[in-house]
Amino acid sequence: MHDQQKDYVLRTVEERGIRLVRLWFTDVLGNLKSFAISPAEMENALNDGMSFDGSSIDGYSRVQESDVLALPDANTFEVLPWADAKGAEARVFCDIAKLDGTPFDGDPRQVLKRNLGLARDKGYSFYVAPDIEYFYLAPPDSSNTPVLLDEGGFFDLTSTDIPSSLRKETIRTLETMSIPVEYSFHEDAPSQHEIDLRHTDALTMADSVMTFRFVVKEIAALHNVHATFMPKPLENIQGSGMHLHLSLFNGEQNAFYDENDAYNLSPTAKCFMAGLLRHAAEITAVTNQTVNSYKRLVPGFEAPVHISWARNNRSGLIRVPIAKRNSDSATRIEYRSPDPACNPYLAFSVILAAGLRGIQEGYELPVEADANLFEMDNDVLEKMNIHQLPQSLNEALQVMENSSLVADALGDHIFEWFLRNKRAEWRTYKTHISQYELGRYLRSL
Amino acid sequence: MNTRTSANENVVGQMIAVFPNPPSIDLARTLDLAGYRWKAVSSADDAAKSEPVEGWAGAVVMCDEDPEGGWAICRSLRKNDNPVGHVLVLVNGAQLADLEMRDDLFDDFCLSPFHPRELESRLRHMFFTEIRGSRESLVEYSGLILNLETYQASFGGQPLDLTYMEYELLKFLAQNPGKVFSRETLLSRVWGYEYFGGARTVDVHIRRLRAKLGEEHANLIQTVRSVGYRFGQSKWSA
Repeated sequence: MHDQQKDYVLRTVEERGIRLVRLWFTDVLGNLKSFAISPAEMENALNDGMSFDGSSIDGYSRVQESDVLALPDANTFEVLPWADAKGAEARVFCDIAKLDGTPFDGDPRQVLKRNLGLARDKGYSFYVAPDIEYFYLAPPDSSNTPVLLDEGGFFDLTSTDIPSSLRKETIRTLETMSIPVEYSFHEDAPSQHEIDLRHTDALTMADSVMTFRFVVKEIAALHNVHATFMPKPLENIQGSGMHLHLSLFNGEQNAFYDENDAYNLSPTAKCFMAGLLRHAAEITAVTNQTVNSYKRLVPGFEAPVHISWARNNRSGLIRVPIAKRNSDSATRIEYRSPDPACNPYLAFSVILAAGLRGIQEGYELPVEADANLFEMDNDVLEKMNIHQLPQSLNEALQVMENSSLVADALGDHIFEWFLRNKRAEWRTYKTHISQYELGRYLRSL
Repeated sequence: MNTRTSANENVVGQMIAVFPNPPSIDLARTLDLAGYRWKAVSSADDAAKSEPVEGWAGAVVMCDEDPEGGWAICRSLRKNDNPVGHVLVLVNGAQLADLEMRDDLFDDFCLSPFHPRELESRLRHMFFTEIRGSRESLVEYSGLILNLETYQASFGGQPLDLTYMEYELLKFLAQNPGKVFSRETLLSRVWGYEYFGGARTVDVHIRRLRAKLGEEHANLIQTVRSVGYRFGQSKWSA
């Protein structure tokens, strides 16, 4: 099987006249990294991997030695749809290994594979479908002020439909790259768009999210537009989230489905939800990893603020969408806090770990919070035992630091590096004097 | 392991794999009398291990006593780097239904208990067609072309870029047009039994293939409600 797969890749490189093969992998912060090899090196890469110096990659550095191996995952080999006159290129996702071939602890893809392996040992495959929001903006100048496309006359001379045609071209490209799109639409906010991907197993989806962000930005750039996944680029306009629709399958059966339950939720689903809710604060630094992420998680913008669940309440952290026609395979839960700037491999890892902990320990699901939580006082909520998500990156890091669940899910290497890196980010931010402070205090104080 | 040597004008000097090990006396005698060189194998692993350098010329697999083991051998011979071209299976009357949807695993079959003359004729005919090189390397269906030798797919003359599993799934479906396959069948036949990611994987790949075929042609792969998938027109429709 494996040999045939290699053969398939090598023949395709030959038959399609591939000029360069791009080896893709991801740093700990979720940035796509890549280096290119010539087709002649592909066979060698498939057999033995390609070694490179990992010390320049965020989160890969180790004290002893920095060389690591990129091992192409032949099943992700894909010809890139934008061939130019010089010929086509292809890409393949890689697992990163130590020189002896064992998984490298700093590789987020290996971390997700390890967590999926633990789920598989219990008989579960983890399925994810993200709804990804982002903005199309004018290319930023040196002031980095976000300019909406329908503002400032950016498209004065052309049709206002350009963002829509950009989105259509993006979807076409995604579909030729094995990433089927379920829905897409213009969001409530000006210049904001949403593309919902069709569910796949979590590893394929994490790869797909990486490809997605790359394709959206590339196609926008070709049209002199800047696409951004920044969680909250504009103060008074809702931010960009990445709601995740989650389900566990046990073979062909949706382990979340129970036809006799009022919400069609199985005990497994309820325990999984309880696990997510109980550990939500601990995993928030991973699902919302920037200083800016916490400016999205504020009341009034359809982003969750409180740790609660409900069937039809978009202010909750977990929503249980009503599945069509009691369709068992569509039964799922929607986790609403993550934003599209997260590292999908790590975010899926900690979410899965939290849910599985709930199943393993048989956590009890708290009562549904179906009122609009944005309109309730914090004291009232505290009495209902509904707490807030961390209010800042700093708070999220403090909770994460004491979480053995997150440490186990990420492994020591990434856990420690992530905390170090993010604390440094917080320190830089804390010392920054903002426009808000100058405006408010400079004259009055 | 039994090894017999003799000459046969069709497969001179080449070795045929025979299952089970040892084969029935009738089967051994028929093969010997017809002049085939053969080697008995006891499992798929054994068939892979004792494969001659030049590859198996073909295989005779008795499925009546141990159908699981027999079909596993057929499967592994076909999944081989150099798929074994000429496989004859022997099944008893009660197992005829097992042949359904396994068309790609054998080239001919014979009812067991067999008449030695019939088995001999079938083997001769099977190897005769091999010599004429009639093995199909192109699969074509209304604009879709799969070249099994180069692994390349095209639709309406345009190259269709597929991942390996997408290609394998499309190949399997296009080789069996009009037939309905359940998710489990597709999972076991295309992914193999070592895959345990769940039957949802089939849905994911079907959706990806449809997306790549484009909206106008997405219905080339049809969903058959509560059963599975069918490629092309039903063989029952006009």
